[in-house]
Amino acid sequence: MSAPLLSLRGVSVRLPRGADREFALQDVDLDLAAGEILCVVGESGSGKSLTATAILGLLPAPRVTLAAGQILFEGEDLARLQPARLRAIRGARIGMIFQEPMTALNPLMPIGRQIAEVLEEHGGDTGRVTGLLEEVGIPDPPAAARAYPHELSGGQRQRAMIAMALAMEPRLLIADEPTTALDVTTQARILKLIREIQARRGTGVLFITHDFGVVAEIADRVAVMQRGRIVETGPASQVLEAPEHPYTRALIAAVPPLLPPRRPPVAPGPAVLAVEDLRKTYRGGGLFARRRSVEALRGVSFTLHRGETLGIVGESGSGKSTIARALVRLLPTDGGSITLDGAELRTASRSAFRPLTRRIQMVFQDPFASLNPRRRAGDLIAQGPRIHGASRAEARARAVRMLELVGLDPSAAGRFPHEFSGGQRQRIGLARALALEPAVLVADEPVSALDVSVQAQVLRLLAELKGRLSLSLVFITHDLRVAAQICDRILVMHRGEVVETGETGSLFAAPQHPYTRSLLASVPGRGWVPPVQDTAA
Amino acid sequence: MRALRAYLRSPAGVIGAVLLVAVIAAALSADALFPRDPLALAGRPLQWPGANPRLPLGTDNLGRDIAAFLFHGARVSLLIGLVASVVAVGIGVMVGAIAGFYGGWVDDLLMRITEAFQTVPNFILLLVLVAVFGSELSVITIAIGLVGWTAPCRLVRAEFLSLRNREFVLAARGLGMRDLPLILGEVLPNALPPVIVYASVVMAIAILLESALAFLGLSDPNIASWGNMIGAGRAVLRTEWYVSAIPGGAILVTVLAFSLVGQGLNDALNPRMQVL
Repeated sequence: MSAPLLSLRGVSVRLPRGADREFALQDVDLDLAAGEILCVVGESGSGKSLTATAILGLLPAPRVTLAAGQILFEGEDLARLQPARLRAIRGARIGMIFQEPMTALNPLMPIGRQIAEVLEEHGGDTGRVTGLLEEVGIPDPPAAARAYPHELSGGQRQRAMIAMALAMEPRLLIADEPTTALDVTTQARILKLIREIQARRGTGVLFITHDFGVVAEIADRVAVMQRGRIVETGPASQVLEAPEHPYTRALIAAVPPLLPPRRPPVAPGPAVLAVEDLRKTYRGGGLFARRRSVEALRGVSFTLHRGETLGIVGESGSGKSTIARALVRLLPTDGGSITLDGAELRTASRSAFRPLTRRIQMVFQDPFASLNPRRRAGDLIAQGPRIHGASRAEARARAVRMLELVGLDPSAAGRFPHEFSGGQRQRIGLARALALEPAVLVADEPVSALDVSVQAQVLRLLAELKGRLSLSLVFITHDLRVAAQICDRILVMHRGEVVETGETGSLFAAPQHPYTRSLLASVPGRGWVPPVQDTAA
Repeated sequence: MRALRAYLRSPAGVIGAVLLVAVIAAALSADALFPRDPLALAGRPLQWPGANPRLPLGTDNLGRDIAAFLFHGARVSLLIGLVASVVAVGIGVMVGAIAGFYGGWVDDLLMRITEAFQTVPNFILLLVLVAVFGSELSVITIAIGLVGWTAPCRLVRAEFLSLRNREFVLAARGLGMRDLPLILGEVLPNALPPVIVYASVVMAIAILLESALAFLGLSDPNIASWGNMIGAGRAVLRTEWYVSAIPGGAILVTVLAFSLVGQGLNDALNPRMQVL
């Protein structure tokens, strides 16, 4: 290999006192050759994003500082450069793509103007804006150049970001989770675009991600980070197929394979929950605003059988979260019926619905937002039984049992939510829902906010509890890998309609609807089957 | 405990707390130090401070002891500040919570009423209330509370609007919780910190409003309030300016104390201000 485009030598970044560790990055060595895609992968808090920030010289000084090391870019040590010199390099010779294009773009400036600004700043030719937009595959580039960020879709915005990053033909492109905020089908197209551009221009790409599927899709080489250290580097094929470090192995073992496990065929139990022709239209606007309406559910029907896990999958805006909230009546609906064990939920009066809440409970997505920060874990769990008439002592005892059930120590009852990790909080949320001994549990993306290793634990817990408590589960997810592992049957939603329903195995093996097929074809790293290891826990 | 430590880290908060403690101490010791009626004649009128060792701050144009007036006035000012802000924040929290929690037409209706109050300048409204209902201390205090509830109301409403659809509130709703416990137990405790901070501002404003009323001679003339003394001293402002300046200074210190305490509370209760 010739001299690398970028190389980090012994880079350490110091955190302020009182942080969870002294160094955010410790002795990081990385090499990136021109024309290569290096994926830096790790869980949250591993320091992968901070690596990018350090390279760009954008560390939040003076609290977080570069303590040691060299950052050599084309022979220059970026760590020792004057700010003015560094500015000339950033944007011109190093391009950057962020996770959320909506916040990375200026909402008050047309896209074309923003790209032109980069060109002006670095003395480029502003006439190239349309050409750049064309290169990143935006339809009708002149119109897109005039558009404001909010007028474009998420995928188009990310393409515009990439056009901006590429404006000065940088030798190095740093992409920090560029597809995490996007839907799978959009993600697949953006990944393809990055690959193409990289091949065409010979750019070196430093690609930061938490998703091993994306790594399998795009990486030439992989660096795995854990708590600020690089624990393993190597060619993608080697790291993915024969990981050496125990941490990498654990991470890869936690990635749910896209192949649904064989399930013994079960005779469908009696129907617990029946949804018939459910409709919901969101209407915006006030007295004087222009009325806009979005049809979120256009006549959705399905049945949930006792002891079954029904997955509802779809992209953002498909209406899957609307279903979840409609089922537990957190959202009024416009038509149709929801029947739970013969009782009509949708049109029940509020006082008639209240006692029914103990039969159907919900687990939320965000483990940080779904627990009242001012209540102790024990109180949070005891709340439900208290509302439904249990005595204080009874509710407390139930809370302790629930904590044990979800694998937490009973002493956790006295602690506040912020004292727990994300996975533990999600267990508390689960315990809160289960404390009412519901027949149906609605889980809205319950593991999406969690790191893969924690995600695997929570999924295992959910599957185990479902069996033990003979729960019926409505499991809403955008992640087909997760769906493959946990669901018995799957419902595919697209723009407020159910486009396909089927038993998980057959749906994955032979999808019927074109949308289901495109969804399955977009799963990153679908060709990669995580190696089965005996260390898998 | 953590909030207290954060409070003590804010210099503004510490200075404010010290000043406030001094004002409270003055109010508490008024009876012990000046057992006589502060409104009674204490000596020859218009004695300069220091001229008579028995009257360290001198006398006003009616021959009243300015020092006694100052200490007893602290009581009145604190009482007015406290009660008026309880009234203002109480009404504000109630209206704001209902408007923000229910939204829709309830919110529209309550906000139009709030706006009706906001379009009339506070002081004019206060003058009208005093003109109609009289100028006893109790009436004035409640009237000051009545003109000041709109700002805390808007604050609480905004907090409720952003909190009511948080997942933890939805979760409690999903458990079958009724509206009242939802509002009081789930949303309100999380909406309170900015309101507590603002309450200190309301107290300062209440004290200023009472002083302004008294300056115009529209406050209760039978109480020893700082505003009353400033109003009395107005007649001799060019020659014996200290009659107005001394109680003026007291008002300045008290209002400053409340604002600084508010700032300190803001630093302590606002998690974004907390250093890692």
